[in-house]
Amino acid sequence: MANPLAGVHAARHRLKESHPLTLLIVERLALSVLLLWAVSVLIFAGVEALPGDFAQTYLGQSATPQAIANIRADLGLDRPITTRYFEWLGGVVQGDFGNSWASGAPVSEQITKRLGNSLFLAFFAAAISVPLAVGLGMVAVHYRNRIPDRIINILSLAAISLPEFFIGYLLIVFFAVQLGVATFPSTVYDGMSWSERISAITLPTATLVLVVLAHMMRMTRAAIISVMSSAYMETAELKGLGAFKAIVKHAAPNAIAPIVNVVALNLAYLVVGVVVVEVVFVYPGMGQYMVDAVTVRDMPVVQACGLIFAAVYILLNMVADIVAIVANPRLRHPR
Amino acid sequence: MSDLLSVRDLRIGATIFPPGEDPQDIEIVHGVSFDLQRGKVLGLIGESGAGKSTIGLAALAYGRGGVRITGGQVMLDGEDILKLNKKGIRSIRGARVCYVAQSAAASFNPAHKLGDQVIEGALEHGLMTREEAVERANYLFDILGLPDPQNFGDRYPHQVSGGQLQRAMTAMALCPKPELIVFDEPTTALDVTTQIDVLAAIKNAIDKTGTAALYITHDLAVVAQISDDIMVLRNGDTVEYGPVAQIIENPRQDYTKALVNVRQTKLAEARDQSDALLKVENISAAYGNGVQVLHDVSLHVPRGQTLAVVGESGSGKSTLARVITGLLPPFEGKVTFGDDELSAEQKHRSRDQLRRIQLIYQMADTAMNPRQTVGQIIGRPLQFYFGVRGAQRKAKVIELLDEIEMGETFYDRYPAELSGGQKQRVAIARALAAKPELILCDEPTSALDPLVAEGILDLLMRLQKNYQVSYLFITHDIAIVRAIADSVAVMLQGKLVDFGPRSEVLNPPFDDYTDLLLKSVPEMELGWLEKVLATRKMESAGH
Repeated sequence: MANPLAGVHAARHRLKESHPLTLLIVERLALSVLLLWAVSVLIFAGVEALPGDFAQTYLGQSATPQAIANIRADLGLDRPITTRYFEWLGGVVQGDFGNSWASGAPVSEQITKRLGNSLFLAFFAAAISVPLAVGLGMVAVHYRNRIPDRIINILSLAAISLPEFFIGYLLIVFFAVQLGVATFPSTVYDGMSWSERISAITLPTATLVLVVLAHMMRMTRAAIISVMSSAYMETAELKGLGAFKAIVKHAAPNAIAPIVNVVALNLAYLVVGVVVVEVVFVYPGMGQYMVDAVTVRDMPVVQACGLIFAAVYILLNMVADIVAIVANPRLRHPR
Repeated sequence: MSDLLSVRDLRIGATIFPPGEDPQDIEIVHGVSFDLQRGKVLGLIGESGAGKSTIGLAALAYGRGGVRITGGQVMLDGEDILKLNKKGIRSIRGARVCYVAQSAAASFNPAHKLGDQVIEGALEHGLMTREEAVERANYLFDILGLPDPQNFGDRYPHQVSGGQLQRAMTAMALCPKPELIVFDEPTTALDVTTQIDVLAAIKNAIDKTGTAALYITHDLAVVAQISDDIMVLRNGDTVEYGPVAQIIENPRQDYTKALVNVRQTKLAEARDQSDALLKVENISAAYGNGVQVLHDVSLHVPRGQTLAVVGESGSGKSTLARVITGLLPPFEGKVTFGDDELSAEQKHRSRDQLRRIQLIYQMADTAMNPRQTVGQIIGRPLQFYFGVRGAQRKAKVIELLDEIEMGETFYDRYPAELSGGQKQRVAIARALAAKPELILCDEPTSALDPLVAEGILDLLMRLQKNYQVSYLFITHDIAIVRAIADSVAVMLQGKLVDFGPRSEVLNPPFDDYTDLLLKSVPEMELGWLEKVLATRKMESAGH
């Protein structure tokens, strides 16, 4: 009685003995691919279940049953859902998201540009917020329960409590309207110079930084404090290390895993959750593209945006997982 | 010779937060004084709460948690370190005075290599160059008997054993060539066979480097091997302070005498051990991950007697208890109780079968619901097994409270209001409430101070006499085995290596492992360590 899985199990076991790290990472990768596929099913089914119809919306007043049927036939909507799903999936795997129903142009082309804009914004927001959050978290721990810690806490709580559109409008009123030092709207277009671009995204970047900063800062603070109460921190203190040196050298490496996790969540938010900010600042990114597509029921675009958002989210979380695994000396250096 | 460390009228305070009351400032060390000369070792000994660790840390001008030094002087080479500013204190810690903690496993940073951590203090204070420090660390690894000393520093804390970590921590303390090291129970968490190696390594290192040491422990036999002077502490006061020979051979205070005479034989061994109450036959068991922890274990517990199961951590003795209770079904073998063969799984056993075997755990704390009163805790088995309720139940609980020498006043108390020994007594009363025939005792005294443990053992023996209850007593402490066991089972790596009446197992001819185990238990005798080490040397030279 040969078990067909026995060979796989044996191979897995051997790998676990020799390269536990490789095995864990390969497993995470496989899991991510599986997850992404499940999400693709959900997105397709969800979009299918949405009320409203592209043909109806497109034709408006002139929607006769015949005209609607014609459009549906043109788009291939009269075919069974499974056929359409696998056709779509087959295209997606090759990087082809189909054509937009509204414009007829390939979705991939449009999305590349929009995604680039969104990533541009997210990159600057991340480059500012991550070091700032981790740094402020360390400062807060250093001055724990004293004035600087309290100020950092109150400000970050205030920032996290205000809705992002409100922060956005506040910044616009203050910096663009009253002081006139910032650019609004933040629309970017081809042929813009670098300095113009940077100036255009200043306000949306500031908004995003304020929104994600608090969460990351507070998690950094909590993670380091939990590490600080461990016996090896006492050892460091009794070796005569200064407080800040002890935090950087002994607390930080052990706080990496939880911090990276929350950083990844927030980076994902910077890409996925920018919809509101992009709309407020009239910024031509993925978020606004998706919102526009939803209003006209342009399903290929909605599906593509949804899937890309999901992929970014899964990818960043996977990276966080892998970093946490690699940061664990028990896995990096097996006995 | 001038004193290296001179402590005068040291007073240490702490703020406590009693539930429902305002925070209170209390004094935990009340004016302790002592002197320590260069190269000498002073042993600080006492029960938990005696203030010995607190005093030890005061030598580094450090207070753990909310503890702070409120008065007195700590003179290091003529300078009061309590008067130094932060920078001055930092320049002493890890350079002139070093600390070795009880749990090296928790005290090493898991993210850095051992070698880097060992030399960190010396580098931080600019005492040597990196090359010099590494060379010294390797030398220390060597004299502390660590394997492959040249490469030992490249390993991470999780890659070496507990005993090795404890020695590495000693190396870490010795590396900057300090004038004084504070050892805080450095061998308490170790198995006896490991403890003796670490003890020998520490003694050797102290001799070779000429550093002075404060050696903190609750085990008088251990401290007798390593100290020049001993200070006995109780509740933050000095009980007795003198040279080691005087304390061990001629103690003056009653408390010290009690410590020296702890654990004398309490019980003559039962003659007839053939009437088996519990029989374990050919048990082999494994955990879910496929690791086999018990290999073909067979033994029996005679009715109304005590079987002591001894072994080091990982020897499978607690697993054996789990098999007997049915918490871990074995894959081979059977358990017979009285005339019944017990089902391997607990859920298939009858309520009466469950009643007849009860358990007492090492940590009474975690085995009790903190939100229930003592009355509820002890009353629960009465109601569950016998359906006793109301006033009758209360009367019965009070009867049990008298039985464990605590009395009615404890009926409405919560576990948090009890001391460690009292909690263990409540756990015993709870087991007793079920009128069991067998009580499995899993290290019930190893978390307790010697004199408190003594009281628990006395109680258990009295209950056995009165109620004919049998004990399967799991322990790593040979002294307890000598004191209370009728029969002894010795376990090593999941196998039974020796089993029989106490007089046979603990007397020659020995099984090899039993011999090693017995020889490793520190004896309250001066020069015992040297003697054992000399014997070992001769044996290895003979081979």
